[in-house]
Amino acid sequence: MLTLEDLGVLRDVTVDDDTVVVTLTPTYSGCPALTTMRADVLVALRRAGYERAEVRTTLSPAWSSDWISDRGRASLAEHGISPPRPNDGPTDLILMPSRPPECQQCGSADTSEVSHFGTTACRSLHTCRACGETFDHMKEI
Amino acid sequence: MTDHDNAYEGLVEADDDARWAFGSSFDDPLAGVDTTVPSGVDGSALATYCLMLADDSLVLAQRLAEWTTHAPEIEEEVALANIGLDLLGQARLLLARAAAADPAVVPALPEGSPVPDDDRLAYFRDADAFRNVRLVAQPNGDFAATMARLLVFSAWRLALLERLRASIDPVLAAVAEKGVKEVRYHREHAARWCITLAQGTDVSRERMIAGMREVWPDVAELGEVHDAERQLPDVAADHAAAFGDTMRVVDQVLQAAGLERPDVAPAPGGGRSGRHTASLGELLADMQGLAREHPMGRW
Repeated sequence: MLTLEDLGVLRDVTVDDDTVVVTLTPTYSGCPALTTMRADVLVALRRAGYERAEVRTTLSPAWSSDWISDRGRASLAEHGISPPRPNDGPTDLILMPSRPPECQQCGSADTSEVSHFGTTACRSLHTCRACGETFDHMKEI
Repeated sequence: MTDHDNAYEGLVEADDDARWAFGSSFDDPLAGVDTTVPSGVDGSALATYCLMLADDSLVLAQRLAEWTTHAPEIEEEVALANIGLDLLGQARLLLARAAAADPAVVPALPEGSPVPDDDRLAYFRDADAFRNVRLVAQPNGDFAATMARLLVFSAWRLALLERLRASIDPVLAAVAEKGVKEVRYHREHAARWCITLAQGTDVSRERMIAGMREVWPDVAELGEVHDAERQLPDVAADHAAAFGDTMRVVDQVLQAAGLERPDVAPAPGGGRSGRHTASLGELLADMQGLAREHPMGRW
């Protein structure tokens, strides 16, 4: 199971009297999944017996794909999503395609990028020349 | 984490506030963030500056969304929608920051209206209260023109955000730190398309040249400095340096594409002061119409 902690979006949990305060950080400024994450956190807390709970967001420090745990990376790969590589964070313009990620189906390195932006903002879309499968890669940010 | 069969059940069960629209964020996008205006900073100027940055990204997000179901291929449609979503996310944070810095900028609605500040600013201001540059409001035109604009805009936006990371306003600095990571991808995407189209077929090259000519008259306005920036020396980005960076990056792409800067006269600016062309009014009519019909509406 992939958890919010594994994804690095769970930043803090504190208990203030009888209120649990959970702090999340969005992966991207407009991440639509944040609403679902908040809802899931509140449901999980309620089921665990915490009726009074609050979810806050924090913007700084900005989320980085480097925060995804090893378990999180393994889980992404298990679901066919190529995990992000370490983020070197340059802001210089790069006009050459970066080294392609390996195919999550057959492991071939002979892949090409179909689109810089995949099914969500945090993923890019790739296709494998060896087996013909299409797969997502979680981008380095 | 939950045993719901789908995300909808999770949303409905958790609480009513989260249900109003899928894809929305929290009611207050700055919930839990300290929005105190730093001492010595003019709240009114800070709000104006945040509106400038917010409106640039809000208006371009709306233009990019117009490509949905019209882009040349589905992957590109997804890409443009994703870029628009990033920009919309930045706009929400910046609008909320403007409202917190100077509540006077927020349009008044009937008493008891549940519409939050960022939505009031997005949906209930008239065109002359928008402070975006004209570049972002122009109709999309050809796909090549959209890419030319996205290249110029994202080079400009990235140059600003890189500098704003050092702003003494902690909220702007945090928004910038996040935005830099996002806009880097936007700039790369646009740059690669500009090169691909310029070096593709005769037709694609002609269209890229025409697209660049179309957006170029509005590039000069990016160099105009607004009074609010002068009043915010340690808050705002160094305008001249950011503009210099922008032109360097655009030139680098033009060179790689085998293109030259278009030889066209600059168009009048003034967008930052609320002087816009009819395009913005048309865009806002589309974007704001529904919300304005329901100032007491809960979405």
